[in-house]
Amino acid sequence: MTATLIWIVVALFAIGLYLSWTAGRLDRLHARIDASRAALDAQLLRRASVTQELATSGVLDPAASILLYQAAHAARQAEEDHREVAESELSQALRAVFGETAQVEAVKEAPGGEDAAGELAAAVRRVPMARRFHNDSVRAARALRRHRKVRWFRLAGHAPFPLAFEMDDEPPVALADRPGS
Amino acid sequence: MKIGIVCPYSWDVPGGVQFHIRDLAEHLIGLGHEVSVLAPADDETPLPPYVVSAGRAVPVPYNGSVARLNFGFLSAARVRRWLHDGTFDVIHIHEPTSPSLGLLACWAAQGPIVATFHTSNPKSRAMIAAYPILQPALEKISARIAVSEYARRTLVEHLGGDAVVIPNGVDVDFFAKAEPKAQWQGRTIGFIGRIDEPRKGLPVLMRALPKILAECPDARLLVAGRGDEEEAVASLPKEMRGRVEFLGMVSDEDKARLLRSVDLYVAPNTGGESFGIILVEAMSAGAAVLASDLDAFAQVLDQGSAGELFANEEADALASAAVRLLGDPERLAELRLKGSAHVRRFDWSTVAADILSVYETVTDGAASVDTDERSGLRARFGLARD
Repeated sequence: MTATLIWIVVALFAIGLYLSWTAGRLDRLHARIDASRAALDAQLLRRASVTQELATSGVLDPAASILLYQAAHAARQAEEDHREVAESELSQALRAVFGETAQVEAVKEAPGGEDAAGELAAAVRRVPMARRFHNDSVRAARALRRHRKVRWFRLAGHAPFPLAFEMDDEPPVALADRPGS
Repeated sequence: MKIGIVCPYSWDVPGGVQFHIRDLAEHLIGLGHEVSVLAPADDETPLPPYVVSAGRAVPVPYNGSVARLNFGFLSAARVRRWLHDGTFDVIHIHEPTSPSLGLLACWAAQGPIVATFHTSNPKSRAMIAAYPILQPALEKISARIAVSEYARRTLVEHLGGDAVVIPNGVDVDFFAKAEPKAQWQGRTIGFIGRIDEPRKGLPVLMRALPKILAECPDARLLVAGRGDEEEAVASLPKEMRGRVEFLGMVSDEDKARLLRSVDLYVAPNTGGESFGIILVEAMSAGAAVLASDLDAFAQVLDQGSAGELFANEEADALASAAVRLLGDPERLAELRLKGSAHVRRFDWSTVAADILSVYETVTDGAASVDTDERSGLRARFGLARD
């Protein structure tokens, strides 16, 4: 009788330990999502700022300037639920303006243009990177949260169900190419 | 930036991953970063100043061959100490799924972790069984890097999630500036790789050779690599064996000079390649490349525009392509030019910049790496000592 009782206590203890460990895992995943989301935000903002800087610098022709300024402004001001669309539109505007290598060369020739082009190239390359890392962390958290043990014991608490960030982040051809190629 | 790199394989044994880590670490140090590499090594091996030994690797049979791995209590303790003393901004783990230092580091660390997946192994039974153990460790990785689109695809299929593709790096100028050697020039075909490893494809080339020699009798084949030379030429007719020259194991300098000298570099590998660094080296040296159409090779050669492809394991296809190329100096020159331009994207300056932007993306606003105290049993009862 006592032996059975002891076994039950031991089993309950082990289950409790396992659940606490899983909750720790989930907590870590949520922290990872927060960090990767912050990194993605930073990269998106950096891209929009560099674009806006370029648009107001007078290096580009007026039509391209207005187009880029408008798209960058919209991306920065977008509400959360409209953000994916606005950022995708900025990607499209950048692709439209920097579709040709000649345009990038023209920017580089302007005073300070070399730096600006470099910053923009870095920004358009890092956005897809940050987005991939973010969506990867979202996927990992979702996989764990769908598990029975997490649902039954409500280990996720009140944390909202993580959502992937979906957007068109294809960089312009002339900027995506690596140096020297 | 303080960067910790974890190498899963023995530093004493030469290998692709080890070379990659060595070059990456040296390049990052050159850029002014603080780098520490944790690698298994014998205690008496002389190590570069940036390498920290994690103890001797133990040879154990794993995944069909004998691998030298680190595991167990002592290695885990060394990993924890390295993590704790290093206070790295980011750690970069190579091959986190191999049951060695990579997995131990993943298990013991918290904070920004970057991982590079080099091989694209088919899913093994051990991996499936270990999946529940592996998953909690792998989900700590904040950024995954695959060395090729092919490696990324297998990674996504096997482990889920996603990865960015950053190719392996090569010091392009080292190859581009090598001095050609006159005795290796003049209608020569080059092959570099283990002779006795069928997946490197020398047998395919040997089957194609009689046809090539029938059309171009003055051609020569130069083979650099370890293995049984007599067995390798056994399938050739006697009078043709003289056209094959074995150079044995060559140094890095000689490899570069060989690639600079040959008219055509042939890579007849039949499988098991996830990247194809040798093709990049050949292109860096300005050799025209003819390779089998493995996924990884096709990608390195830009789907055939930077080097020619032939149907894998088809000796006839190889022979006709080689004969056509050797008889067409203009096409060879064109391939040389295209290859040299294409290969710049694999130069360390580009590759290291990409890897650094991954580091910066994951460290943005994150705390530095430390040992993961939550995984300890003591911590759960509030007993952890610092």
